[in-house]
Amino acid sequence: MSTVERAPLLEIRDLHVALPKGSERPYAVQGVDADLAPGEILCIVGESGSGKSLMSRAVMGLLPKPHVHVSQGHIAFGGEDLVTIPDTRMRQIRGSDISMIFQEPMTALNPVMTIGEQIDEVFRFHEKMSRRERRERAVGLLADVQLPDPVASMSAYPHELSGGQRQRAMIAMALALDPKILIADEPTTALDVTTQAQILRLIKEMQEKHDTGVLFITHDFGVVADIADRVAVMQGGVMVETGTAAEVLNDPQHPYTRRLIEAVPALTPRPPRVQAAEPVLEVKNLTKTFRSGGGFLGFGGKERIVHAAKDVTLELRKGETLGIVGESGSGKSTVARCIVRLVDAEAGEILLGGTDLRPLGRAEMRPHRSRIQMVFQDPYASLNPRTKVGAIIAQGPIIQGMPRREAEAKTRDLLKVVGLDERAYDRYPHEFSGGQRQRIGIARALVLGPDVLVADEPVSALDVSIQAQILELLDEIRERMTLSMIFITHDLRVAAQVCDRLAVMRHGVVVETGPTAEIFRAPQHEYTRALLDAVPGKAWRAG
Amino acid sequence: MIQFWRLFRRNRSAVLGLVILILIIGMAATAHLFFPEDPFRLAGRSMSPPGENGFLLGSDSLGRDVASGIAHGAKTSLLIGLMATLVAVGFGTMMGGLAGYYGGWIDDILMRVTEMFQTIPSFIFAILLVAIMKPSIESIVIAIAVVSWPAVARLVRGEFLSLRGREFVQACHTLGMSDARIILREILPNCLSPIIVIGSLMVATAILIESGLAFLGLGDPNIMSWGFQIGAGRTLLRSAWWVCTFPGIAILITVLAINLVGEGLNDALNPRLRERA
Repeated sequence: MSTVERAPLLEIRDLHVALPKGSERPYAVQGVDADLAPGEILCIVGESGSGKSLMSRAVMGLLPKPHVHVSQGHIAFGGEDLVTIPDTRMRQIRGSDISMIFQEPMTALNPVMTIGEQIDEVFRFHEKMSRRERRERAVGLLADVQLPDPVASMSAYPHELSGGQRQRAMIAMALALDPKILIADEPTTALDVTTQAQILRLIKEMQEKHDTGVLFITHDFGVVADIADRVAVMQGGVMVETGTAAEVLNDPQHPYTRRLIEAVPALTPRPPRVQAAEPVLEVKNLTKTFRSGGGFLGFGGKERIVHAAKDVTLELRKGETLGIVGESGSGKSTVARCIVRLVDAEAGEILLGGTDLRPLGRAEMRPHRSRIQMVFQDPYASLNPRTKVGAIIAQGPIIQGMPRREAEAKTRDLLKVVGLDERAYDRYPHEFSGGQRQRIGIARALVLGPDVLVADEPVSALDVSIQAQILELLDEIRERMTLSMIFITHDLRVAAQVCDRLAVMRHGVVVETGPTAEIFRAPQHEYTRALLDAVPGKAWRAG
Repeated sequence: MIQFWRLFRRNRSAVLGLVILILIIGMAATAHLFFPEDPFRLAGRSMSPPGENGFLLGSDSLGRDVASGIAHGAKTSLLIGLMATLVAVGFGTMMGGLAGYYGGWIDDILMRVTEMFQTIPSFIFAILLVAIMKPSIESIVIAIAVVSWPAVARLVRGEFLSLRGREFVQACHTLGMSDARIILREILPNCLSPIIVIGSLMVATAILIESGLAFLGLGDPNIMSWGFQIGAGRTLLRSAWWVCTFPGIAILITVLAINLVGEGLNDALNPRLRERA
């Protein structure tokens, strides 16, 4: 960390980014000062709405003008002020001196151009080189970012690559002209943990090799711990704390930073609770295959077959929380949806209190619905925007035949249980924040008094401090209502906090099951080991 | 509602369109007060220019009052426009909703049927239908609806396709809600905005088709309409320009007003536009 003695690459002084009138606050970024030295990784951490992304866009000159613009302050870069220079000069700087990688490489890459063409464009726009030279440089770059078979990757289209490979291609493009500054806006948020670990390592390697200054925007303190030299914490547009990574992570000064860090779940499994041995729900040899393609009445393209669940066997005991963990595409969500009968499995048994739910038709299933309920991932998509909160919650019992008045009374009770004001009853979902909406979703699932609650990534769309509150609420409710819970998550930190037992899934197969503490202590399957190794910030908050 | 009006009001031309539309509706509603006589009646000297012989907008070759015809014709145009649109939107929503919600072979079949209708040029198809059924108000309404519903069906199908996979719909499934209730109470209210917009624009098209049919002599012979007036005056265009011109202007203004209102509705109901500005 040679940050101190070298002159900073980028100096941000008293930066104000103004928001349009009528916004929640007048400035997205307010009076921010920051320096970035060559060869340093500065992590800007904050929750959604903290202004961290707009700050990075201001450096790139990519603010959605004229609504959002820099109203005050300077961004000094190589003797120029990026706030005042003309657009033509900014275009020269972008890509050659300062470049950026984005969260979602699929949308940042042009889907109708090959990777090679897109890298070539960068060279063509900024430098004079022969076609052959450009091609050689591009292949070299792809090799640098460790894309398998760089020559073949040149002629691949973005959709032909995996998420991690796409992000590698993006990094290759961003580093094509050897920029002095790389801005990375949540570059690993859309990726699986194991891929995330690889990409973080790659960014660090490339940064060291090219001596690039990196401005790394993230919400994840685990990632910060893995990659940052220095950390700046933002809250509501203001930079509340800066310091070296060790200082901020281990000895946070500002109360907000302390709160954020405390909300990061530790990677120590919860102490196992005493539990009954009798199972409430048993899933035996569940199998589900997805077929796509085929076209009109079977004519047309070739069919594609995906085994989302192969021979999955699980057991949920009374009063326990069973976590199903795995990366995207592992089939964990499909299993959850099969269990609540949103998706029809082809084979196997779903035994709930002795009844096999799998073969039941919709009408036969209806009386069993109240015994098994689901909490969804996206609090913005899981509530009907045109229905009042009260009606959303009360409709369940009304469908099950409860008199309207009784259902209403029960709904009001549950609003209180999940920590919402009773006045929420007559409001629409859009009037609530993400965390509050998730509470509404939980109330909807609980109002029927289920025995089993299936929660599909219930906190992954939430900020870390809200996440902690929701996890606490789920825990409290589970105790109070003697619920058994199936908890789907990709986040091993969360799993360690809530789950008594774990089932690890990969490619539709359960590779390992066992008590959480045991799996964390001595993982048997190599995939489980890889997952545990990839948890960001493992060394920092192991517990 | 108040908030909706505030959003609608932001689009000035839409408010202008609404004012004009209200005036036209007023004209249609009060036609029998200002022109109590039958518009087909021979009211005086034929081919009188506007302002002469007591004709505000002149008279045609048989001495019928053009102004009276426009006032009474407004009723026909609006009525047919509205009825045809209601039928088309109702049927189109049903087809599109079922196709989008159930998907699979139901979707395949319904959408192939829809495409079949879309391949036939709509105006020629409408002429054909009216010619087969004998010209009358009902047959015109049916003809216009038959050529207009596929657009609605496609739109509604798209909306249903994207909404049926949303988590709030899945939540309804886990509560054991019936399909009919999910379709009508959960999904449909969420795609009303685009349906209202396409419906409002469709009224304008329907009025144009009706005028076109009447112009070709396929209108209901017992009912005065703008298209009929233009058709009757087309041979006299050089000697009595007013017979064609004023009904033509009436059609133009009405269609324009409805389109402006439709645009305004689109701006006010489209959430992506709402966040701008």
